[in-house]
Amino acid sequence: MADYTLDTEEGRREALRRMLTIREFDSTAGDYFADGEIPGFVHLYIGEEAVGVGTCAALEPDDYIASTHRGHGHCIAKGLDPKLMMAELFGKQDGYCNGKGGSMHIADVDSGMLGANGIVGAGPPLATGAALSIDYDDREQVAVGFLGDGAVAQGQVHEAINLAATWDLPAVFVVENNHYGEGTPVEEQHNVDDLSDTAGAYDIPGVTVDGMDVTAVAEAIEEARKRARDGDGPTIVEAETYRYRGHYEGDEEPYRDEDEIEKWKEQDPIDRFSELLVDRGELTEEELEELRDEIETEIKEAVEYAQDAPLPDPSEAYEDMFAEMPPEIERFASQARADGGSLGGDRR
Amino acid sequence: MTAQAEIERAEETETMTVREAIRMGLREELERDEDVYLMGEDVGKFGGVLEVTSGLWEEFGDERVRDTPISEAGFIGAATGAAATGTRPVAELMFSDFMGVSMEQIMNQMAKMRYMFGGKTEMPVTVRTTEGGGMGAASQHSGTVHTWIAHFPGLKAVAPGTAAAAKGLTKAAVRSDDPVFVFENKMIYEQQGEVPTDEEFTVPLGEAAVEREGEDVTVVATQRLVGESLQTADSLADDVSVEVIDARSLYPLDTETIAESVRKTGRLVVADESPLSYGVHAEIVSRVQEEAFFSLDAPIQRIGTPDTHMPFSPPLEQEVLPDGDDVREAIELIT
Ligand SMILES: Cc1ncc(C[n+]2csc(CCOP(=O)(O)OP(=O)(O)O)c2C)c(N)n1
Repeated sequence: MADYTLDTEEGRREALRRMLTIREFDSTAGDYFADGEIPGFVHLYIGEEAVGVGTCAALEPDDYIASTHRGHGHCIAKGLDPKLMMAELFGKQDGYCNGKGGSMHIADVDSGMLGANGIVGAGPPLATGAALSIDYDDREQVAVGFLGDGAVAQGQVHEAINLAATWDLPAVFVVENNHYGEGTPVEEQHNVDDLSDTAGAYDIPGVTVDGMDVTAVAEAIEEARKRARDGDGPTIVEAETYRYRGHYEGDEEPYRDEDEIEKWKEQDPIDRFSELLVDRGELTEEELEELRDEIETEIKEAVEYAQDAPLPDPSEAYEDMFAEMPPEIERFASQARADGGSLGGDRR
Repeated sequence: MTAQAEIERAEETETMTVREAIRMGLREELERDEDVYLMGEDVGKFGGVLEVTSGLWEEFGDERVRDTPISEAGFIGAATGAAATGTRPVAELMFSDFMGVSMEQIMNQMAKMRYMFGGKTEMPVTVRTTEGGGMGAASQHSGTVHTWIAHFPGLKAVAPGTAAAAKGLTKAAVRSDDPVFVFENKMIYEQQGEVPTDEEFTVPLGEAAVEREGEDVTVVATQRLVGESLQTADSLADDVSVEVIDARSLYPLDTETIAESVRKTGRLVVADESPLSYGVHAEIVSRVQEEAFFSLDAPIQRIGTPDTHMPFSPPLEQEVLPDGDDVREAIELIT
């Protein structure tokens, strides 16, 4: 059984909780980035929550996902722990990647999360590879490759989908069309109206769904998952969505205007889904407020956890390069251990 | 250890070509471990354009020996994802010149995933590829690019110079939990040698082999230049005693065996087919001067491809392709 599914009241409530958690996590991450506590680049998922959550609601816990540079939402949707995620953003030893990955590379292969990715279009080949492992071992899983509308133009994405289609691998490719690749609108990057139209080239199904509607996304993925498990190969699911924030935090967004953003916000995926649950009598306004408060507390605690967590010892810089450490690195590692980590990488 | 000792330690050996040795290594690993499978362009029914995998598809079938579409980024990327999720792919990149097409997946995914994920991924992938000039295949099918991989953190690179090393290193690569590239020089596929037939025979990554012992000068060679250097050493035997080492493993590199030899001979020639600038030669020279500078009695010499591509026309190709004569000249210059 999935962790949560939109087929049950409990599951729908969990889906809403995860969407709210993504929004709270990301707006908090934005704040701490602005304060200078989080280094690097941060790409937020706010506005796109229905895509990640709708997708993962239709997956089994041990299914794989390969993510993008905008990966926080996928992680939370997949069930990763916000505490360890936040610690990773803060560069701490206790983060998911021991502080070696950061925002753009949060991964937890044990949870089926094959990594956010700093390279546009790099996730789909990895998803195809995970689907190959599944197929090779006759396992019951599927692998989902997320990609942005911009990434659809990447050559390796085409190769990955073609390979998965040719070999009927249990893969699903989810195009998150948030209408911009950095500052360039989708219409200026592609000649097709629907990005799912490219499916025709692989003779696989391609569907475009309302990516602000978590139920619509989940239904499409459920069907794609079933098809993949039946041995009929991959599906391309395009989810039309929108990012409320800039491409990265600090983006001044000269390429779009406030009216456009406001118009999309009228379709807000969290409002839509919570209103649906309230209308159906599955949730009261009070319960929704309680849920929001709970999540706010949870994310505050995640920040405290991240702030209190230890920074990695400098000698950790030499760990995890290989399963078997070569002498070329070992000499630096042992020196750093002996020196209590004070040695720079440029000395022997 | 000396190559002779390695062979003598083996209970049984057979004479075979480098091509047959690699095939034997692959066959044994396919038999030993169900998780291992081969993939690449035309590796199956066709048997590989250079026939290394021929017969394996008939023996192991479609699942274990997979023909891929012509999409290096796609299938090298898929091999990477597959390695991270529980299987052990061995991908063949038909010519190393095509590596650029898949370089994104190699550099940013395969090499970095373990590190960036804080050690929480395995990456047991092997990439086999062919290198080298000498058959008039021109610039886009004759490159020697192993420097790229040996240089790039997170990847391991081996380049056998004998049939025994070819089998042993191929098997070690497949068994390694790290990404290992096996660089096969296509001009030595027909070269014969004694090969241990023991299924447990491997050549550990990071161990060079002394192929010929000598007193006056050390030649550290790779791939085709190992055999050429051995011939040169034989032809010079009356005048100068040459020690020939097959570096075999480029990363990790066996600094100790090389430095120890130079401490004995005091002279060094490095022979590797890759372009001369910023390459394998430079790395070996640097390590020797770090470890054995005061043992050197003469300037170190480098043999490689001048910084050109491999031209097509035979006289041009012969002009730039390094060989045993170049090694001889270098030895004569410093002894
Ligand atoms: C190969 C590569 N090229 C360029 C970039 C720089 N870059 C980072 S995100 C991005 C835009 C990606 O757009 P899209 O795929 O639509 O995803 P979105 O940001 O909209 O989620 C670009 C160009 C990169 N990281 N990788």
